[in-house]
Amino acid sequence: MTDAAKATSIAFVRRELLAAKSPPASTVGMVGWMRVNLFSGPLHSLLTVIGLAIGISVFWSIVDFAIIRAVWTGTSGEVCRNNAAVGACWPYVTTYWQSFMFGSYPETERWRPTIVAVLFAALLLPLLIPSVPYKKLNAWLFFAGLPVVAFVLLCGGYFGLSPVETTRWGGLLVTLVVAVTGIVASLPLGILLALGRRSKMPVIRMLSIVFIEFWRGVPLITVLFMASNMLPLFMPTGVEVDKLLRALIGVALFSAAYMAEVVRGGLQAIPKGQYEGAMALGLSYWRMMGLIIMPQALKLVIPGIVNSFIALFKDTTLVLIVSIFDLLGIIQSTRADPNWTAPTTAGTGYLVAGLIFFFFCFGMSRYSMFIERRLNTGHKR
Amino acid sequence: MSVPKRSDTGAARVLWYNDPGVRGVIYQVLTLLVVLALAWEIIHNTAVNLDKRNIAQGFGFLDSKAGFDLSQAPIPYSQDASYGQALLVGLVNTALVAILGVFIATILGFLLGVARLSNNWVIARLATAYVEAVRNLPLLLQIFFWYFAVLRVLPAPRDSIQPITGWVFLNNRGLVLPEFVFAPGLGQSLLVTLVIGFVVSVFVRRWAKRRQESTGAQFATGWSSLALIVGLPLVVFAASGFALELVAPQKSTFNISGGIRVIPEFMALVLALSLYTAAFIAEIVRAGILAVSHGQTEAARSLGLKPSTTLRLVVVPQAMRVIIPPLTSQYLNLTKNSSLAVAIGYPDLVYVGGTVLNQTGQAIEVIAIWMLFYLGTSLITSTFMNWYNRRMAIVER
Repeated sequence: MTDAAKATSIAFVRRELLAAKSPPASTVGMVGWMRVNLFSGPLHSLLTVIGLAIGISVFWSIVDFAIIRAVWTGTSGEVCRNNAAVGACWPYVTTYWQSFMFGSYPETERWRPTIVAVLFAALLLPLLIPSVPYKKLNAWLFFAGLPVVAFVLLCGGYFGLSPVETTRWGGLLVTLVVAVTGIVASLPLGILLALGRRSKMPVIRMLSIVFIEFWRGVPLITVLFMASNMLPLFMPTGVEVDKLLRALIGVALFSAAYMAEVVRGGLQAIPKGQYEGAMALGLSYWRMMGLIIMPQALKLVIPGIVNSFIALFKDTTLVLIVSIFDLLGIIQSTRADPNWTAPTTAGTGYLVAGLIFFFFCFGMSRYSMFIERRLNTGHKR
Repeated sequence: MSVPKRSDTGAARVLWYNDPGVRGVIYQVLTLLVVLALAWEIIHNTAVNLDKRNIAQGFGFLDSKAGFDLSQAPIPYSQDASYGQALLVGLVNTALVAILGVFIATILGFLLGVARLSNNWVIARLATAYVEAVRNLPLLLQIFFWYFAVLRVLPAPRDSIQPITGWVFLNNRGLVLPEFVFAPGLGQSLLVTLVIGFVVSVFVRRWAKRRQESTGAQFATGWSSLALIVGLPLVVFAASGFALELVAPQKSTFNISGGIRVIPEFMALVLALSLYTAAFIAEIVRAGILAVSHGQTEAARSLGLKPSTTLRLVVVPQAMRVIIPPLTSQYLNLTKNSSLAVAIGYPDLVYVGGTVLNQTGQAIEVIAIWMLFYLGTSLITSTFMNWYNRRMAIVER
């Protein structure tokens, strides 16, 4: 049989393409997704079921505690004590809410920290949102203006404002004061220490290394104990350092050492050519660092910097050990109020503190991710 | 021919104070002077202040009678013991929390790290939620939660929760476990065989590695090690006729006597520390696994290695190189964070030291002891880490 004959003997030749069939129902949509992600085998099915059970039970027990079984109204711990199966004791929180925020800051003067908080938020938010203009003015106001205003308003003693001792400060106010001063002081100090550690001058390098390794090697509690017990011994006779200020110094030095190591990581990642390029342009050391090296190095270590900020924010709770009443300290002292003793008072207080801390820390970490993506100018493969 | 003067050679004339070398020396001398002046000032002030407050200097107080009780003393301790002994008890308690915490945190952290990378949506989300929640809450809050909101509101000893009725009791004074009573001498011999088994298995491993490198023949080191480490003590145990007795705690109307009591402070601290650190370890493990590029797995598979062998010989060693340095610093963090024990009254080094400090006023000495311990631990660990890093670093050609 010839080829031509073979060709003619074919009974049917398709001239046009068939329409594509839709994929099997088990691989698309909800069902497909579930088969891949939830039930891809007997082991995974089991894990999914166990995981769901754990997740739902944890979620449910929180909802149950905080909402369903919770006590909503009352004027004393009686209501929370009498009922055997109570959940959260919300009247305790509403009664002490002002204390949670301000500690024992005089009630007639609480407008002052409120104004500081409003100013802080009003200046911080536009600074954080990249598209808002006047960044330079904003930064000046935030870093130079606000501290002065905040100091005058919070401490008082000027312009007819009655002075308020720092021993009366408390609650979220102290938490934020410690955290913000710690953050603002530790970043520049950390940068200086990191530069010192990479310096070519042996004396400066050694001093930086000793400083950094010392603070990184000891727990913050011992630092705070040192600040509250030993710092007064170091001072000349007659010089009294405020208790809150002592804790602030301790926290700032402690976190500066951690910050220094983060920044050093960024400095090490900058190729030598950048330094050489800057030197070839005739830049001085500080200009080279400020204009060429630091902008790149800091950009690289934003996640690390924010992680240290978060760690610092969480560590502010430790000041309660040297009896400074931060948010957690206030909850510790108010939940011991005999009027409010109930099995769930502690749990309720910690739930509130947990939500507030989570709000700040989670916010910081999300913001750092956002800014990281924004600054990621083409280094990613 | 005269030697040309420096200025004649065309070299730029640099004023001495513009010479970077000279400047460096000046800066360093100035810094050193400032630091020394500060140090002298501090020492001088301290001496004056101590003199004024009539506080004796030196470590002589360590021999005086302590006179306070400690709620947990793994080594013999009584009120009549000295301050030095009290601090030693604190040290042992710190070590106890740190070791147990590291153990639990490592296991949990690795599980969570792998879970976050799981293809299973529920497991991955659950692990992520855990890590995010725990990492964004202060550790002290978590310790307080476990201690004051969970363990201290448990029923009184009379109404103890009994997970295993008659054997295990859980109440607001802690967890009471049955006591293991070994026949005389059995405990020691078990320990000795355990050590022997461990040492022998190390030698077997070395021998097996050498043999494989020279001949290619493999040896089941895993099974043999298991047999040596677990099997040997088991054999000794069987030979003794299983001479182990479990003594249940006795429950009376108001209290529970006998058994091993784990105090709630210890439980709260270990729970909080290990759950907190596990979240950080999970992130480290995840990063470590992600750092091994997929090409490595593909290359290993194309060489014909089994998936399990690929994991053991190719992925894990490379991931470990990334994981171990930050992991060690997490272990150090856990040890340092165990000092938060002071907030719930667990008698660790800082708590005992604080009590001593309050009784004697010897702030400098007590703080020096703290610093010495924590700083010493950190420095030894970081020296070890540097050694390890050098050993494990990729040899670049």
